[in-house]
Amino acid sequence: MPFTVKDIMIKKDLCKGCGICIDVCPRNVLTGSDEINEYGLYYPMVSDLKRCIVCRLCELYCPDFAVEVHV
Amino acid sequence: MSGIITTEYIREKYLRRLPTAFCPGCGDGQILGALIRAIEQLNIPKNEIVTVSGIGCSAWIPSPYLRIDSLHTTHGRPIAFATGVKAANPKLKVIVVTGDGDAVGIGGNHLLHAARTNIGLTVIMVNNAVYAMTGGQVAPTTPHEAKTSTTPYGNPAFNLNVSEVVAAAGASYVARWTTWHINRLIESIKKAMNKKGFSFIEVISQCPTYGGRLLNMDHIEMLHYFRDNFRENADGMFRIGEFVDVEKPELTDELEKLIMKVKS
Amino acid sequence: MIGPGKYFVEGDVAAAYGAIMAGCRFFAGYPITPASEITQAMAELLPKYGGKFLQMEDEIASISAIIGASWAGIKSMTATSGPGFSLMQENIGYAAMTETPIVIIDVQRAGPAIGQATRPAQGDVMQSRFGSHGDYENIVLSPNSVQEMFDLAVKSFNLAERFRVPVILLSDAEVGHMMERLNVPEKVEILERKRAVTFEETTKWGEDLIPPMGRFGDGLELIVTGSTHKPDGTRDTGEPDVQDQLVRRLINKIEKNRNLIEDWEEIDSEDADYLIVSYGASSRPSKGAFMKLRERGLKIGYFRPRVLWPAPEKRLYELSERVKKVFLTEMSLRGYRMEIEKIFPKSVIHIPKVNGKVHSVKEVLSSIEVSI
Repeated sequence: MPFTVKDIMIKKDLCKGCGICIDVCPRNVLTGSDEINEYGLYYPMVSDLKRCIVCRLCELYCPDFAVEVHV
Repeated sequence: MSGIITTEYIREKYLRRLPTAFCPGCGDGQILGALIRAIEQLNIPKNEIVTVSGIGCSAWIPSPYLRIDSLHTTHGRPIAFATGVKAANPKLKVIVVTGDGDAVGIGGNHLLHAARTNIGLTVIMVNNAVYAMTGGQVAPTTPHEAKTSTTPYGNPAFNLNVSEVVAAAGASYVARWTTWHINRLIESIKKAMNKKGFSFIEVISQCPTYGGRLLNMDHIEMLHYFRDNFRENADGMFRIGEFVDVEKPELTDELEKLIMKVKS
Repeated sequence: MIGPGKYFVEGDVAAAYGAIMAGCRFFAGYPITPASEITQAMAELLPKYGGKFLQMEDEIASISAIIGASWAGIKSMTATSGPGFSLMQENIGYAAMTETPIVIIDVQRAGPAIGQATRPAQGDVMQSRFGSHGDYENIVLSPNSVQEMFDLAVKSFNLAERFRVPVILLSDAEVGHMMERLNVPEKVEILERKRAVTFEETTKWGEDLIPPMGRFGDGLELIVTGSTHKPDGTRDTGEPDVQDQLVRRLINKIEKNRNLIEDWEEIDSEDADYLIVSYGASSRPSKGAFMKLRERGLKIGYFRPRVLWPAPEKRLYELSERVKKVFLTEMSLRGYRMEIEKIFPKSVIHIPKVNGKVHSVKEVLSSIEVSI
């Protein structure tokens, strides 16, 4: 049963800007942002939500429980 | 659960506080996530689990982040502490989260004997090939000639293939994965936790701070290195997969039998 | 099974009986002379009582396992001698820091290092109190007979449970290996730890400074750590107040309750000008010498701490008001000397013996006679 993504939320207060989510995404949905969070780290942002296939690898590989894929 | 475990759900049910103290890109957080997903997928009530850890970065995976009974012990000894917990209450699922320095450096003897006695513990050993918490010193798992802060001219010694040693020592289940192989790792933890006897999972993990500095790779390059080099049909340290998966008598079961025999 | 009645057993075996009667149901140990008989007795007895016995790979593993078992809610013990006791020191501190009730029997042998494995000594007195690093308090008991190996083993468990500390039953090869009559009473008084039912309860304490203890598997989601931690168990190694308050409470819960812990035997000290202080095996010839001197009309008293740490300081300070000379007999050149000299700064005559043999009455007598 396929899911359609509604939203990918990056918790800015939890993200350490490691970029693993960007790397593991097979569809290049995520990209680095120019903005920094309160730790001074570049958190990821969604560049193209339509491409998301809800594989949830970004959630699974995130070491900091900072990525939420909402369907 | 229908198979999907959301991040919100994990944070709510399993985590005491965030962010963790791990460095950005550290594999420890990924292993914490894998452990939580395995527990959730097995649907084991949290009060039937006890986590035990020693000293080192990996020891912080359960303590204090995981919202489950946790015993954060002295360096090298978590398996010995866990042996007491398990023997005192065999109904508990006892999970030891330890590092390579903790489990085979200072605490190697306990690991060998826990495998030998086949006590029903699940040991997850995070192997980042370095003593990370204390500043990147050489570990028993550091490859030959690798530079660390105490082998500035390269490691003159050789590394231990821990999984093979534990397999030889008599464990019921032995597997090795890397932080790139998260789904395989989750399945493996589930299998290990359902195993009657001693189960051991080695997780090759990236240390972005010291591993990275010494290998001249960042954490993503290290993950790619794991992806490209670790294979189930590879040799030596590059072999991943299940090394042992057998059924044999478990220690606390045998103790219960002994009590029945003596009492009758 | 151990029924009430009279037995003729070794001190080591009597200690095992006492532990069983106190409710000990887990023992992890490693063989060592002269404590192996305790380990063997526990291996034989525990299964009969539904308890578990494990011979571990070393003494570090042994103390680790009993701490783990204690958190799973089972009264636990290990037994060892000098070399093994040294190996256990780090985790004795861990048990103090995590407030884990455990009992360790140290059947002292002559040291340092391997020393004389089969000969008695009392050189671990300071180590039993200060052996682990950092500031902490524990309780140390000293039996001088087979009966006391039993009685004080029971008491060790009661104190451990009540004060949530590691308790050390500090015996020696002489008392451990001697055979005497043991009287097992109909009933022994047993104390159980205050058990927390909620997580909240584990974070609070009353006037006694001892929080109720949780148990693994009860769903309390406990955090137990040897790192500096807040009352709820969360590690906080940066905040100065957290360390300060934790360490002070660990010390004060013994310090402020010491009148409930201190225990000693005292004879004829009311009018005494002289006092013999001794403990463990060496208290036996010391008592003989005391009786002979009293018969001769010398105003001498006899004082034997059953609890070495915390020391019976209040009573000894009272006695120091009138006592002119104190004779301290022990099988150590250091032993309890610093403690006694602290209370009687200028009047201690030390009568040590360190050749692996217990003093004879004659030796104690002649040492005292030359000093009077």
